[in-house]
Parts: sequence; structure tokens; C-alpha cells
Amino acid sequence: MSSSSFTSSTAVAGDDISKERRLASLVIQRSRGWGALGLRDLWEFRELAYFLVVRELQGVYRQTALGMSWLFIRPLVNMVLLTVVFGGLVKVPSDNVPYPLFSLAALIPWGYFSTAVMRSSRSLVDNAQVISKVYFPRLILPLAAAISGLVDLAASLIIFMVAFVIYRLPFRWEMLLLPVLVFLVLAFALAAGLWLAALSAKYRDVSFALNFLLTALMYASPVIYSASLVPSSLQFVYQLNPMTGIIQGFRWALLGSGDAPNIMFLVSVVIILLALVSGAFIFRRTERSIVDIL
Amino acid sequence: MSHSVIQVEKLGKRYRIGKRLDNTPPRNRVLQAIGNQFSYLVKSLSEPAPDELIWALKDISFSVDQSEVIGIIGRNGAGKSTLLKILSRITEPTDGRVILHGRVGSLLEVGTGFHPELTGRENVYLSGAIMGMKRAEIRRKFDEIVAFSEVEKFIDTPVKRYSSGMYVRLAFGVAAHLEPEILLVDEVLAVGDAAFQRKCLGKMGDVAKQGRTVLFVSHNLVAVQSLCNRAIWIDSGQLKDAGSTADVIAQYLRTSYSSVQQQKWDDISAAPGNGKVRLRLVNIYPEDEAKAGIIDMETPIAVETQFWNLAPNARLGVTLHLYTEQQVVAFTTASSADEKWGGQELPVGLYRSVCHIPGNLLNSGNYRVTFLIVQNSDTVIYRHDDIVSFEVQDLKPRMGQWFGKEPGVVQPLLNWTTDFLGAGASL
Repeated sequence: MSSSSFTSSTAVAGDDISKERRLASLVIQRSRGWGALGLRDLWEFRELAYFLVVRELQGVYRQTALGMSWLFIRPLVNMVLLTVVFGGLVKVPSDNVPYPLFSLAALIPWGYFSTAVMRSSRSLVDNAQVISKVYFPRLILPLAAAISGLVDLAASLIIFMVAFVIYRLPFRWEMLLLPVLVFLVLAFALAAGLWLAALSAKYRDVSFALNFLLTALMYASPVIYSASLVPSSLQFVYQLNPMTGIIQGFRWALLGSGDAPNIMFLVSVVIILLALVSGAFIFRRTERSIVDIL
Repeated sequence: MSHSVIQVEKLGKRYRIGKRLDNTPPRNRVLQAIGNQFSYLVKSLSEPAPDELIWALKDISFSVDQSEVIGIIGRNGAGKSTLLKILSRITEPTDGRVILHGRVGSLLEVGTGFHPELTGRENVYLSGAIMGMKRAEIRRKFDEIVAFSEVEKFIDTPVKRYSSGMYVRLAFGVAAHLEPEILLVDEVLAVGDAAFQRKCLGKMGDVAKQGRTVLFVSHNLVAVQSLCNRAIWIDSGQLKDAGSTADVIAQYLRTSYSSVQQQKWDDISAAPGNGKVRLRLVNIYPEDEAKAGIIDMETPIAVETQFWNLAPNARLGVTLHLYTEQQVVAFTTASSADEKWGGQELPVGLYRSVCHIPGNLLNSGNYRVTFLIVQNSDTVIYRHDDIVSFEVQDLKPRMGQWFGKEPGVVQPLLNWTTDFLGAGASL
């Protein structure tokens, strides 16, 4: 019994489908227990993910005077603010790296993370209209939301490159590890997004809590300060936050500041993977009754 | 050679509805809301009470063969849309199961997934992908979709600038080119102008002719009658009847009457009237045994009236005024046309006057009858408004692709002659 509902049909209008085509069969019934993730179904709909990402990107910046340049303005303004307040006034030590670069290296993953979590946690509620009218694997929605955030990440990376050239820093081979780090932050953002999207379908409280949760997590991660400021007695707990490892990884790969990834980094990776898999299953479980509770 | 493509077995769907609040005064309700801050949390964690649960569908079983066109009829809230939602995998059933063979496409509501800021072109791709089409498939049919929707000029304009008609046409265009093996359609007739509706139904007919299976939910009985070979009637979540379209529709109409076709008073002292006349009966019925109580446009109708004449030798007659739903008088008619008693002086006693309305006269729709007793052909001595009402059904299968109501109070079957006057167009 195949669980895939859509044959790869390429019927030309008017051909007689009754004869040759072997029709895929599908059983619709109440699912019990935890069930499967339905990754095959997801793959069938990969083009939808692409169109949803395009919709997110095109829709957001239509009819704005500055258009896509908003992608650059946001990280740039954030960097300037952090540099003026924390680099200039508070004089936070930045591991002997110019503060603009120090903060920008952290803003690349953090800016992405906060946007992606926001978008993917809202994805179910925002698309309630579509969900209640047509079937497609619901996992596509938070996935597309998390992926679309990568454009913001790319924009802040470009700003970093410009700053990098301005400050005449040497090229580092460790920069080539960037894709791994990007994958990790994507995975963690998606994990958080899946958990929150599933929860927010039932409890709209999530949208109230999310803003200050993200702010709290930002202070619990080395975005505006260096991880070396945290007392060593707290380091273990501090490193359990996957964003700590990820931000440190970005600073290390891009600027060579701070420690290279160590055993605690691997613990972060395990935590991220656990959160992602559990999030996917929780999401799938919520998905079944989603139309009835949204 | 035909095999079932949809098999529904003991399908049930249960919903949880909110508890009905007591009719406490508003002031207390505010206090209640403050007192029960966490009521939603408590409710969502506790098992639902039995009175909070309703079965939107219960114990539904049927099967559909390949290339059948099945109509699903029933009142609002009967569970038709829930059934389509389960078949299209939008929601899961609580009980039972469905076995489907083939790709399912649904037209539950057109325009799903349209983004107002995106252009028509971009939305065609997006909406097609949401419905499960491949990009190559959409590209191949793109021109056809645009031509079908008649929005060529505006295809690169954001859809928020579209008129509602253009929007709906484009959305339906995408959905109509889905080419699934099983097509679920929910009330598409409600959208667009007459010409476009015709086009949509034509498209549906084509789909059926290509050997695909169509499930069609509609309130338009003419469309169901003309398009579907079989029909299913669902009433309050249960399967009431399934079978040939004509039978199921007849069965459905018989029990769904809201009109009052008969009024009867056996006790003369309680009957409406006055010192001169008292009413005993007004009854409307089809004068065709085979119709089994259903009045359609072809049926001859009888309006039977019975009254007591209390004044000796009064010159009385019955007059009927037939009103349409729009308060237009379709016609008036009087019993003075009767050869035997018309214009005669009536002795005291009980009289019956029957008016015969021929078939193929009235258009479909609701009619109300006003009853009058007229003395000496000029004085109304008794009047009773809206004494009975009835509905004329349009159940004639049509050849074309237009299933809406034809205009006009009457729809008589008239004689036409056409003659050939010679070849050549130059005169």
C-alpha cells in the first residue's frame, strides 16, 4: 500500500487515462501513534517550497521604495547601533577585533535565527486560509519560511565581506567551513520554528511570548559581548545554548577570534539534531487535527 | 470493466464544539471571563464532555466507479463539505476510511494561495504548485490557462489590482487545468457571470468525458440533474439516499418542503371566514400520479378550494391571485369561468372549485396564492393572503451548458416554425 498520493502523472489533455495508467492508491483514515514524517511526500512537493520562498521574498518587498535594499539596511543599522552603544559607549571588550566586525560576525547567524524563527513559527497560523482549502505536506510551510531567511543571511554576509575588505583583514581558510555553520543555524531555527508553529496552532500565546523569548536568548548568547566574559563556573551551562556554539563558530571562522569548535560544539550539534527531529514529529502530530483547531 | 476509484467505508467525523453558555446577564459574563483566565487552557487539556461533541458525518459508506459523475446534495450544514474535506485530505476522519485510486484535485474554493502582491503570472505558478502541479506541467498549460481566464492583458499585473471577476477567473483557470483522475467540486457555480459559469461547467463535463471521476456538490439541482448520473443525499451527517439522480432528487425534494401546500379546517366554527362564507380547504397538488407529490415545470397543477356558502342564493365566485417571490402577480384567475356554476346564484352549502394550471406554463420558483371570494363579480367579501405556497422545480435535463434559472414569470412551451427561404446571403 503506497502512501504517496500523487503519481508522477504527465497526462496530456484528452488522452485516455483509463487504460494505461496504473493508478496510485491512497488510504485515508485516522492516524494513530507517532507515524512517519512523510519525507517522500515532502520531496514530491519540493517545487512548492521553491514557490513559497519566492512568494515570501517577492511579496515582502513589493511596493516599497527601497525594495530589496531593506535586506542590507537592517543588519547595517543593527551593526552601527551595537558599535555606537556597546563598542563606543560601554566599551565591551571584543577580543582585539574591531567592534563593527566583531558584532557583524555574530549578527549574521543571530539576525537570521530571529527572523527565521519568527517567520516559521507564524507560518501555520498565517496560512490558515490555504491549509483549510487544499492538501499539501504542511511541513513545507515552516521549511520555506526558514529557507527564505537565508537571503537575509546572505545580505549580511555581503556587508561583512565589504567591511572585511575595508579593514584589510587576511583571508582565512576556516571561512570555507561557513556552509556547515549556516546549515547548523538553519537546522536550529527550523527546529525552534517547528516546535513553536505546532504550539501556536493551539495556543496563540506563542506569538506574545516569542518576542521576549528571542530577546532573552539574545542576551544568553554572545551577540553583543564575547563568550570569554562569562565566568568559567557558568561556561558549561552557557555552552548548552546551541546559539553560543554557532556564534562562536562564526567569529572563529570569519575572524579567528575566540576558541575553535571543541567538544561542547559537538554537544550543541547533538542538541540541535534532537530538537529538529522531535520538532518534526511534534509538528506532524499537530498537523493531523490542524484544520479543526486553527 | 469499470472499477471503483473511490471507496468510502463507514466514514465518520466528530467535531468538538464549544459548550453553550447560560443566559447570564452580561455583567456576570464579564466577571466570569476575569474569573476563568485559564479557561482555554483547562478546556484544551481536559477530555471533552459528551454534549460538546457532534458528529458532522456518521457511518457513511458508498463507492464511486471510474468516470462516474456523482452529485452530492443536501441542506446547508448536512456534512457535504466535511465529506469533500476528508476526501481531499484536508482533515482526517475520526472513524472509518476512504480508499482512493488516482490523483485527487479539488475546487473547494478557488484562489487558494493567491498572493495579492504577486502578478497573475507568478500566482499561476504558486497556486498550481500548491495544488500539486509540477512546474513543467504548469509551464506547458500556461497559455491555455491564461486564455481560459481571459486575463491576457493583465497577466503581469499584481492580482490585487484585478477586478473580483478577473481574480476568480484566473483562479478557476488554474484549478480547471489540474487534470486529476478524481475531481472534487464544491459550488463553483456561485462565482463569475453567466458566461463564465457556462465555461466552468463545460470544463467539468469535458473532465468527465475523458474518463475521469467527478464529485460535485451543489445546490443547483438543474446542474446536478444534467451533469450527474448518480447522486448521493446527505442529511445531518448521514447518508439518506443514493442512486439515480432523478430518484434521489425527488426523494430529497419530497422531504425538504418548506412550502404549505394544503390547509384544511374541518370544524366550520373555527374555519376562517365571516358571516357569509367559511373556508374548508385549499390544496395544491400535481395532477400527475407519477410525479408523487413533486411539482416541476412540466406538471399540470390543481388548486382545489372548498368553502361553505352561508347566505342563501348569493352570487359568489372564487378568485385566485398567484404571486411570485418578487411580489409580482403572475396571473389572476376566477371561478366565474366555470360553465356550470359560474355567475350563478348558489344555494347554502359546501362547494368545491378546482383551478387547473396546465403544465409547461409557470417558470421554476416559489409561488404564493392569495384566495378571494367575490360577490356579484365586483365585491370582495373575503380575502386571505398567502393561504398556500408551493415551489415549481426545474428538473429538465438541459443539453447546453447553462443551468441557471431562465428569466420570466412564465416559461410556456410555444410553437415555433422556421422555414428555409432560399440559398445565398446577398439579397
